[in-house]
Amino acid sequence: MAYIIEMLNITKDFPGIRANDDVTLQVEKGAIHALLGENGAGKSTLMSILFGLYQPESGRIKVRGQEVKVTDPNVANELGIGMVHQHFKLVHNFTVTENIILGLEPRKGLAVDIDSASKKVAELSKLYGLAVDPHAKIEDISVGMQQRVEILKMLYRDAEILIFDEPTAVLTPQEIRELIAIMRRLVEEGKTILLITHKLKEIKEVADRCTVLRRGKLIGTVEVKDASEAAMAEMMVGREVSFSVDKAAAKPGDTVLEIKELCVKNAKGLLGVKNLSIELRRGEILGLCGIDGNGQTELIQALTGLTKIESGSVLVRGEDVTNLPVRQRLDRGLGHIPEDRHRHGLVLDFRLDENMVLHTYGKPPFARYGILDFEAIRKNAERLIEEFDVRAGKGPATAARSMSGGNQQKAILAREIDRSPEAFIIAQPTRGLDVGAIEYIHKRIVAERDKGKAILLVSLELDEILDVSDRIAVIYGGEIVGVVDAKETDENELGLMMSGSLRKAV
Amino acid sequence: MADTGAGSKSRKVLVPLAAVALGFVLGSLVILITGRSPLLMFNAIIQGITGFNIMSGSFNPRHIGELVVQSMPIILTGLCVGFAFRTGLFNIGAEGQLMMGALAATAVALTVRAPAAIHVPLILLAGMAAGGLWGAIPGYFKARFNVHEVVVTIMLNYTALHVNNYTILNVFGSVDRVKTAEFPASALLRSPFLASVTNGSRLNWGFIPVVLAVLSFWFILEKTSFGYSLRAVGFNKDAAKYAGMKVERNVVLSMIIAGAFAGLAGAVITTGTFSFGRALPAAEGYGFDGIAVALVGMNHAPGILLAGLLFGVLKSAGPLMQSAGIPREIGGIIQASIVMFVAMKLGIERLLMMARGRKAKAALEAAGAEEAGV
Ligand SMILES: Nc1ncnc2c1ncn2[C@@H]1O[C@H](COP(=O)(O)OP(=O)(O)OP(=O)(O)O)[C@@H](O)[C@H]1O
Ligand SMILES: [Mg+2]
Repeated sequence: MAYIIEMLNITKDFPGIRANDDVTLQVEKGAIHALLGENGAGKSTLMSILFGLYQPESGRIKVRGQEVKVTDPNVANELGIGMVHQHFKLVHNFTVTENIILGLEPRKGLAVDIDSASKKVAELSKLYGLAVDPHAKIEDISVGMQQRVEILKMLYRDAEILIFDEPTAVLTPQEIRELIAIMRRLVEEGKTILLITHKLKEIKEVADRCTVLRRGKLIGTVEVKDASEAAMAEMMVGREVSFSVDKAAAKPGDTVLEIKELCVKNAKGLLGVKNLSIELRRGEILGLCGIDGNGQTELIQALTGLTKIESGSVLVRGEDVTNLPVRQRLDRGLGHIPEDRHRHGLVLDFRLDENMVLHTYGKPPFARYGILDFEAIRKNAERLIEEFDVRAGKGPATAARSMSGGNQQKAILAREIDRSPEAFIIAQPTRGLDVGAIEYIHKRIVAERDKGKAILLVSLELDEILDVSDRIAVIYGGEIVGVVDAKETDENELGLMMSGSLRKAV
Repeated sequence: MADTGAGSKSRKVLVPLAAVALGFVLGSLVILITGRSPLLMFNAIIQGITGFNIMSGSFNPRHIGELVVQSMPIILTGLCVGFAFRTGLFNIGAEGQLMMGALAATAVALTVRAPAAIHVPLILLAGMAAGGLWGAIPGYFKARFNVHEVVVTIMLNYTALHVNNYTILNVFGSVDRVKTAEFPASALLRSPFLASVTNGSRLNWGFIPVVLAVLSFWFILEKTSFGYSLRAVGFNKDAAKYAGMKVERNVVLSMIIAGAFAGLAGAVITTGTFSFGRALPAAEGYGFDGIAVALVGMNHAPGILLAGLLFGVLKSAGPLMQSAGIPREIGGIIQASIVMFVAMKLGIERLLMMARGRKAKAALEAAGAEEAGV
């Protein structure tokens, strides 16, 4: 069968690193072709080259058998190639339609012809079952919907080859199921899909073939139906990966974090968290699960001092921190891995080593008498890079912005886990991480527990919650609707509680 | 220097350099259109920098002195705008902060009696304090009520003008409805020595506080933990807050420091270039020059210093150009077009990339598969 896309012997260098090393990728028309590889393996880079964002040092690209030079994204557009990036590129106070037509506004005389554009958007949305409102503002719609706007943007430009860079990393399990249905629908209509994902389950479910990269090099391409998840994982990491977490039974000690009748308002001014009470004890991991938008974000932000608490109280090691500012909470033993790595977790325009001291920059050894010690800051970063296998082209001096998504996440994890806080609030820790890195991070979280720290793990991944937690609390409508022992529950029971149809005595 | 931005350092420097080059090309074209030779302009500029007139072979150090005098205030207002910008604030209020500094300097110069060694530093400190206070107001409104600093600073520019004029005319008793009485000699930055080595230019000791200001700008932002937190707030407020930094407090402090730079400019002008307090018919444009300087200097200390000197020479060479028959407005045209080209940063980056791509390709073809990394 003819290939619609051929990338032959592609090599791409960045300062200090060869991101793609003689990589060849051939994609059949009408297929869903997955791209798998560790964090920093060069997947996003390879796709950015196809989309014209980067120029390769060497190698050839053929589209529909014709050799082409994709010098910029406009050329990619003309060739029918579209891309949904790892981080969306939408204008937040524009409507869906305005975002979609940005750059190729249809005109009626001098005015932009919004109406005909909206109509076309609505038609496309219907054809592919996207259910997007063309007149909604981006800031008012969910992340899942924003992603569909990105998809519509490609379809509006008549793209036939659709690149998805980790589309499911930011979606809820429900949204993931819907996206998979949408992708199937797209293929039925004759589109070809290139899919980057770290989730082997998804590859098994939708992809036809899978190409594996490791450290910039091509490892091979397999037929998905012939390859097991374990085999693909081994191909990408180069060793066997264990999918379950080994851990001894928890030995909970005294209470470290106490949340009493907490009420917190959400962005709309309504109560996002209602009268919520939980206790977290030394030496245990309490998993918090729930469908996205049921108060998890408000709870985390209230605990860590980013949002005001309406009523109720939060105690860390017996000390009331309800009204304390962020820094003082951190000093009293609270730790926080934020769910949004770009918004809270990193200063993208700082270097990696500067990001590694985001909390501690003002304290010895990183600063003395208010003067920064760059040598100590660099050494600290070197140690964490080594320990957590953070891959960055120029080491401590790498601009955080230029790092791969997964490695940015690893940098945050390294910084926070290294502080080893007494009461540790961890949100979506493994978003965007490869299976090898997930295995390592889970081990480190369990190790923190075994050191006697108290951990609150908030995650949308049920597998992660079930694997790592000792106890599981389910949040629904801003309330805890049940707390269960992780060993005595399963996905079904949790699912019922998450949808509000089952309550278990707290 | 600890550079923190993404992207390569060299490219960051290349954009303003290319913009400056393009600005001069545009200026030359304008001169050509008016039927004169652009060489006259370059001669005037070289004369402005070195004192040498290549065409007539004469040397006059007065031009060097005038260049420094013209550069001093705009370097300071450049530091003012740049400092606020590094914390994510757009400070349009350098002009007003400068006027308040000038007013405070006048007050201390006229009312305090002290030997020069005490009087002058006191005047400079008063100028900085007044400028800082004037900067604190928009900072506070921004931090407390999230009122945009552009709006507040613009209003405060007008307020400062009227406060200045009212006080000069009614409190310090203007002699001629334009200026106050002469300051005592102990209040002046003037130096007969500096004037004599530069053949009677207005050069004065003001350059010392200016150099100190450039150094402190660099030191505070790049070397201290306080500067780290200011930069973090400038790049990403949410992350700064998450990390426990006091975002609101930093916003106010940053505006105070920025205002102090402008206030110092006011003091330096009042007691260095002049020797009396002045009532002004309108703003003198130091604030806007500061925006241009900060923009072209990329908000970094060395850049601001160089950009300030560049725009300073465009001003100081004005009379030289005029005497060569070139309209003095050409300096303004060049300054404006440099600013415009810097603002068109993306376009310039692309041009540079294309130029480099072509070079890289040519090199590849010539030398086979040599390393062509960025
Ligand atoms: N613009 C850039 N400048 C410098 N280095 C870069 C740039 N983009 C990527 N890199 C480097 O190239 C390597 C590959 O990055 P890439 O983003 O392609 O990884 P990835 O496979 O998508 O990883 P992830 O799963 O974490 O998203 C990384 O080491 C990264 O640091
Ligand atoms: Mg990626």
